[in-house]
Parts: sequence; structure tokens; C-alpha cells
Amino acid sequence: MNAAARLGAWLWALQRGSAAVLAACVLVHLVTIVLATRAGLSAEAILSRTQGSVGWFGFYVVFVVALAVHAPIGLRAIAAEWLGWRGRALDLLTALATLALLAGGLRAIWGVFR
Amino acid sequence: MADVDDELEVRVWRGGEDGAFQAFRVPRRESQTVLDIVTHIQRHLDPTLAYRFACRVGMCGSCAMTVNGVARWTCRTHVNKVARKGALELRPLANLPVIRDLVTDMREFFDKWARAGGQFRGASTRHDEFARVEPASVQRQQVDAGIECIGCGVCYSSCDVVAWRPDYLGPAALQRAFTLMADERDTAGRERLQAVAGDAGCHSCHTHMSCTERCPKHLSPTAAIAKLKTAAARAALRGEL
Repeated sequence: MNAAARLGAWLWALQRGSAAVLAACVLVHLVTIVLATRAGLSAEAILSRTQGSVGWFGFYVVFVVALAVHAPIGLRAIAAEWLGWRGRALDLLTALATLALLAGGLRAIWGVFR
Repeated sequence: MADVDDELEVRVWRGGEDGAFQAFRVPRRESQTVLDIVTHIQRHLDPTLAYRFACRVGMCGSCAMTVNGVARWTCRTHVNKVARKGALELRPLANLPVIRDLVTDMREFFDKWARAGGQFRGASTRHDEFARVEPASVQRQQVDAGIECIGCGVCYSSCDVVAWRPDYLGPAALQRAFTLMADERDTAGRERLQAVAGDAGCHSCHTHMSCTERCPKHLSPTAAIAKLKTAAARAALRGEL
């Protein structure tokens, strides 16, 4: 019972905290996209700005980590409510979704950084 | 106001879970409540109709039903306000097993109050002085905000999360738990927090606010649940959960 309570409270706090980070990240991300496309930047021009840029690299790592924390907790709730999953299945789903998002996100960042 | 000799078309749920609607025509009266309608049907049209009521004045919380799709206390719901084109549809409360007609089995609803730690536990005895609780204190105000719950089940019946995961403790039980968490005389805070922060507890709430919208006493279980979430997170971060 205590373990379930601790887990519930931690998941809630993590999702709230990551939501706050995501709110800022999404805003910066969208503004950047709009500015880049309106300025008519080519793929090469964008890559020349991101490759080797520690700033953009750091920003998107934070973005991806926040996403990988936030989204799986939501998926977990959906699986519990709509599919009736409980216990181990939920933990597995959360872990897999976290790993998949981390792997995909970090790979994409590495692709435009290196 | 409709003429008193008008009639109302009332479709009433009959039987158990797999029952069906039965139609009645009920004469309209001035200031008529939905409970008056049900009582008229039982006394004059079909004495086998099962429904619950006790106080008739909005205190006991026993007469709640689904009226035209919305959970309401029927003793204080005027027909004028809810009838659509001179028609009413009455069903038992949703999210609870139907015993018969308009009567639901509320055991699970109240068992969840117990599961959420809804019992007061103090440290003092009858030999001690009365606790002096400052009426204007924040904690006392928080208790006041939720203490008038009459246990009618309207919030529980209106809650989407209860419909989706039946083990969810529900708005009424969680609000009750919060009034005790805010009660400075209570000593079972930690256990209660463990009880409400579990798998189907306060964190399952999606803040849809249907409970707050529908509560006939205008309470806000949503606010109480939000405070429980925060309290649980604080306790977890401090390693006290």
C-alpha cells in the first residue's frame, strides 16, 4: 500500500514538474520553427546552426528528457483506465515508452548535432 | 409556470440493470419537485415502484437519481427547471449497481469512504479540555469548505474516472479524507495519505470537475482532491509517505 502511494505521488510530481519544463520547451521549439521557416532557411543552413552547438544540444536534451518522463506517465493512466491494465504490465509499458522516447529523441538530436 | 392541469410525460426505469423504461402521465402541480413526481407515481399509479427518500428537504442525501441524464437530488429539483418539452426521464444513479427501479446499491460508495480513511481519529479523551480551533484559521476554513457533504452520491455518479476505473475512490470519499487531513485534532494523517495516494486514489482524478459542477451543496471535491495530491507529493518528497 505504501509503495503504491509513494509511486502514485512520485509519478504525479514528476508529471507536473516535466509539464512545467515542457511548457517552456514547446514554446521555444515552436517559435524557433516558425522563425526558421519564415526566414526561408534551408536544411543546410539549419544544420550549420545546430551542428556543434552545445546550446541547442543541451536545450533539446532537456526537451527530450522532459518528454520521456511526461508522456509515459500519461500513457500509463490511459492503459489503466481504458485497457484495465494493472501492476507489472503498467510498469513495463511505462519503462518501454520511456526508453523508446529517449532513444528516438536522443538519436534525432545526435543526428543534427554531430 | 405551466397550468396545473397540464400533464407531464415521465419515463421511469423499472427493474434491475437489464430493465427498461415505463411511461407514466403525471399531473403538473405548482412548485412540484421531481421527488413529488416519483411519489405521485408510487401512491397513485404503481405502488410497486421502488425509490429512496427520507427528509424531503435536502439534508439526508438519499433521493438522488438521474434526471434527464443528469444526477440530481430530486427533493430540491423543481420540475420546471429540468423538464424538456414536458417530459422527464428518471433513471437510478450511474456508476452504482441497480437493485431495482430507482434504487441503487450504495455499499461500494460508502465502503470507499472507509477505505479512504474517512474516520476521525483523535488523541484526546472525554476527560481532556475541548480543542480550541480558530474559526478563521486556514485549516478550519478548509474543513468548512467540504464538511457539508450529505453523501448523496451525485458526485460519484457524475464522475468519469469512476466510470472508467471502478476501483477509484471517488470525489466524496476523497473530499471526506481531506476534511480530516485539515482537521488539526486528527492524528491519522499519514495513514490516510497513504490510503488516498494509492493506485486508485487522488492521483487518478483528471480534474474534469463534473463532481464540483453537479454537487447539490455547491462543494468542490476537485479542490479537495487537488490539495490531497499536493500533500501526497510533499510527503513523498520528504520521504514521509
